[in-house]
Formats: sequence, structure tokens, C-alpha cells
Amino acid sequence: MNITEYFELLFTDYTLRTITLGTAVLGAICGMLGSFAVLRKQSLLGDAISHAALPGIAIAFLITGTKDSNILLLGALISGLVGTFWIRGMITKTHLKSDTALGLVLSLFFGFGMLLLTFIQKQPNANQAGLDKYLFGQAATLVESDVRLMVIVTGIALFIMLLFWKEFKLLLFDADYTKTLGFNTKLIDVLITFFIVLAIVLGLQTVGVVLMSAMLLAPAAAARQWTNNLGTMVFLAAIFGAFSGVVGTAVSASQNNLSTGPVIVLIAAVFVLFSFIFSPGRGLLFREIRFRQNRRDLHLKKTLQFMYGIAKTHENSSHPHAIRILNNFHGFTKGTLRKLEEKEWIEISGQQWSLTSEGFTEARDLYNQQKKDE
Amino acid sequence: MEQKIAIKVDDLTVAYNYKPVLWDIDLMVPEGVLMAIVGPNGAGKSTLIKAILGIIKPIAGSVTIYDKPYNKQRKLVAYVPQKGSVDWDFPTTAVDVVMMGTYGKLGWIKRPGQKEKKAALEALEKVGMLAFKNRQISQLSGGQQQRVFLARALVQNAAIYFMDEPFQGVDATTEIAIINILKELRKAGKTVVVVHHDLQTVPEYFDWVTFLNVKKIATGPVKEIFNDDNLTKTYGINYKVAVNK
Ligand SMILES: Nc1ncnc2c1ncn2[C@@H]1O[C@H](COP(=O)(O)OP(=O)(O)OP(=O)(O)O)[C@@H](O)[C@H]1O
Ligand SMILES: [Mg+2]
Repeated sequence: MNITEYFELLFTDYTLRTITLGTAVLGAICGMLGSFAVLRKQSLLGDAISHAALPGIAIAFLITGTKDSNILLLGALISGLVGTFWIRGMITKTHLKSDTALGLVLSLFFGFGMLLLTFIQKQPNANQAGLDKYLFGQAATLVESDVRLMVIVTGIALFIMLLFWKEFKLLLFDADYTKTLGFNTKLIDVLITFFIVLAIVLGLQTVGVVLMSAMLLAPAAAARQWTNNLGTMVFLAAIFGAFSGVVGTAVSASQNNLSTGPVIVLIAAVFVLFSFIFSPGRGLLFREIRFRQNRRDLHLKKTLQFMYGIAKTHENSSHPHAIRILNNFHGFTKGTLRKLEEKEWIEISGQQWSLTSEGFTEARDLYNQQKKDE
Repeated sequence: MEQKIAIKVDDLTVAYNYKPVLWDIDLMVPEGVLMAIVGPNGAGKSTLIKAILGIIKPIAGSVTIYDKPYNKQRKLVAYVPQKGSVDWDFPTTAVDVVMMGTYGKLGWIKRPGQKEKKAALEALEKVGMLAFKNRQISQLSGGQQQRVFLARALVQNAAIYFMDEPFQGVDATTEIAIINILKELRKAGKTVVVVHHDLQTVPEYFDWVTFLNVKKIATGPVKEIFNDDNLTKTYGINYKVAVNK
């Protein structure tokens, strides 16, 4: 199946539509909540939470024996939350740095989860296979009830986010100040963290434990490049996330052997790369262009000022001087001379230059400006 | 005339990781003074303000604002944190940050409206930053960011202002602009507490001073206690400063 066939199928095939809708909604909620994680500089938290969710899945399976994804995800949610509270506890109760606490919880829970998974795989039980899809994700296993759950959770998250928008923004920007205004920062914090855990758990089936944090961070990091407004950033992140989900699913469904999780994350990574290079304002490309432009402008102005210094000594400011004099001036090139002429700040005849009256005014203004700055 | 006590701190002790950084602080600040807190780096000046404001939990002691526990009087208090305490690359604008000063009175969930926006713009104008209202905050200079923080506190319209190094990294013009605003606040009967590093300007700017170095060394009117003796006790070296006698 190729991509065009895929998009044709999308409108006729029920399963495909379900999966695509699922990954789109997942991308959206991840982008939305990921923005908060990025702005709180809690990028590693997502990684720790998703890894901490793994033993929950295994334990839920061991206890119930079912592969019903809702029950397994409930297990993931519980162990994800336990992991999160351990991290918070460790940071507040001990001298450990937050990245140490995150790393500890991540490896501890993940190691335990892997141990349980291996144990389960050795069991003589026909029902066992398939749990490893939570490692790398398998969008193809999404069914309607999974997607319905995603839509409901996303709806609730959106509602809560809009309801507490002001409080969230305040806490993200200045937590201490939030406290002095009388808000219960712990409550806001728990609310944000809870929804981040929820989004991660929802994504485990599709994207998997290992890459889930990238799904959370990439759309938000990309979105940050394009805007200086929090609302726009969250909105863009949701769009980028949803788009990565849809395109990722399309690519992986049309190339039979690609698993969905990594493809979705790769698409999201392309967004990040593109944004870091091409976004106006913050992008590398535009910064470089602006930098060069500024440097060129500065160069021109310096040369003009030097000329002004010479011309000033004459009563007639447009008296011609030899180009040769300029050779002593550091960084002077033929190009600068041509640019100055284009701007009609100077006139060149033969081996001589002279300031035009515009050039003289411009240079005098520059000179005065500089005097004032000093 | 009997002066009201705006801030009263009793036996306040604060520790990070068991190491006490503030030891048994008693403090009384009368209403309507402009008070400097001075002391060397790491003396606990920021910590004192944070403990008074409930940002840090003390291991002992109590704080009252106009004779009532602090958490009943929050709306009377405004805070200007040290500028470096937040990420200025946060996606928001100057007027938006100032508007945050109105959030406390709004309370949970309620959104700021026209009234709050107007107050924020007025505060920006007061600090001479109206022209920058829609500027992304990372594109403001250090002094301009400091003014935005000041405007955010002004918009709270409080009775007591706590400011942590509002003059840090600002040029002479901004410093004068800020001190004029502080003096105006005092004229309006407000109490202003400022962490201040420039000892030269203490007698000129402030009428009340607290010397702090883990313990409270002295507190009182600048005219009476701002002297070499207290400076030496606080800074450990013989500090010669010209004091306007
Ligand atoms: N979060 C923290 N964890 C541990 N120790 C801290 C923390 N914050 C401050 N300290 C320590 O507490 C002491 C007092 O710090 P504080 O920031 O109150 O000093 P300060 O007087 O404001 O100094 P400065 O003039 O440098 O701003 C210092 O020794 C500092 O190392
Ligand atoms: Mg300090």
C-alpha cells in the first residue's frame, strides 16, 4: 500500500480511520500538555514517568490476566503516579538534585518493569504475547474504545486547562510569586503533573514507553520557535502533535514493516528541526541573516563616518578626495564603496570620492548619535 | 504620635538542609517607613523576605502583618522578587506580566478583564514602560525587566511592599525613577521594605534600616543606627562610609 492508497482507504476503511483519529488526538493532547512540561523545564520528567509506567502494565496483567488495554493502562497510570510522587518526595525530603531523582526512578521502575515482562514471557500462557507493544508502541492495535478514551481525556484536559489557564500561566512563569498571591501552588502543580501523566499513559500503546517523552516534548519545542504567546504556543503544539500523529500513522501503515511509534516521533522531530532552522525571530537561519545584515550595515556606517571625518576638515563637504586615503581604514573594501554609492551617500568619479549632501547628513546624525550614547 | 506596626517578626529561624541561615530574628517595622535590609551576600536577606511571605516555611517563629497572621493579610502585601528568579524567555508580554499582579484579588478561575488591563497599563505608565507594553519580555533590557516587575507589584495596590534588590543592574536614570516611585509610595502611607546593596545611598534613599547577617544585628531609624559600628558588625570588616549626620 502506498501513501495515496492509504489516504483513499482512510475514507472507506473503518480501522484505519480509528487509528488515524487516535494518533491525531494523542498528538494533540501531548503537544498541549507537553508545552507545560517544556516551559517548566521538566523535560526529563516525561521520560521518567513513561518508564515508571511499565511495571504497572506488567503487574496489571499478572493480577487480572487480561490484555484489555484499559485495565493495563490503569495499571500504568497508577505506577506512573507512584513514580512521580517518589520523585517529588525525593527532591523535597533529601539533598538529591532533581535530575538524580528522575534518573533513579526512571531506571529503577524500568528495570523492574523489564524484569516482570521477561517473567511474563516465560509463562506457559497463550495470552501473554503482545505486552511488548508497550515498549515501542503499535498504533495498529488501537480499537474504538481506546480512541474514545483518548477523546474523553483530551476533552477533560482541555476543559481543565481553559478553566485554570490564568493559574497555570502564573505558576509556570513565577511559582514563588504565585504563592504570595495566595494561590495553592501545590494544587496547581499536582493538577498539571497529573494531566501530564495521563497524556503519557494514553500514549504508551501507540508510541511506547521508550519514545513517549519525545512525543510530549517535540511538538512543544517546535511550537515555541514560532510564537511569543503562551496560548498560541499551546495551540500550535497541539496542531504539530496531531499532524505528526496522522502523517506518522500514514507512513507506517503504507510501509508495512515500520512500527508507528518511532515514525510518529521522527515526524515530530522533523518539525523541531525545521522550526529551529526556519522559524522567523528565533530560527537559526534568520538569526544568521540578521547578524550578517547588521554586520554589513555597521561596516557601511563605520566607513561613512570615517569619510565624514575627512570631509569635515574641508569647508566644502562634498570636496572630492582620493580613494587611496581610505586604504588605511581597517576593513575597507571596494564592495563597501559600491554599496555607499548605491545608497547615494557618496559619488565616485575616477579615483576620487565625495560625500553627497544626504551622505553628509546621515554621517552627521550617526556621529551625534554616537556622541550621545557615550 | 503613636505609630502602627506594619510588620512584626518573632523568633524567626529558617534553615535549608539543617544549616540555619536565619537565626532567631525579631523585627518590628512601623507603618509608613522606607526600610533597607542590608548585609553581605548569603546573609539571608532574600530568605528573610521569602520567609515573611510564606514562600519558605520557617522552622520556628511567626510573622504578623498589622497584628494578624500573614496568611489572613496576603492582599495587603506585594512582592518584587529578585529579577533572576524567573525565566525571562517565557512566552509572554510586558503587559501580561504586569497583569499577573491583579490575579491575587481576582482569585481562582476568574479571568482578568478590561479593568485589570487598564490597571496594568497605568502601572506600566508609572514606571515609564508604556511604550513597551506588547514587547516580548526576553526582548527587554535588564533594567526594563526590573521596571516590569515593579509595575506588577504596583498593580497589586498593597499596603506593604517587599522588594528584593530592585536596583540590581539598573542604570542611574532607572535607579532614580525607581526610588522616586518608592518615595511616592511612602508618601501615600505605604510601608516599603527593600533589599539593598549600595551602602552609599542608604542614608539618601531610606529612613529605616535593618542590618542582617544570619542574625539581626540592628534595626531602626537610619539617622540613629546607620554607623560604622553596625556596618562593621554586619560586614566583618571596618566599613567606612560617609554618613549624613
Ligand atoms: N534553595 C536553597 N537551598 C539551600 N541553601 C540555600 C538556598 N537558597 C539560599 N541558600 C543559602 O542560604 C543562605 C542565604 O541565602 P539568601 O539568598 O537569603 O542570601 P542573600 O542575603 O539574599 O544574598 P545575596 O546578597 O547574594 O542575594 C546562603 O548561604 C545560601 O547559600
Ligand atoms: Mg538575595
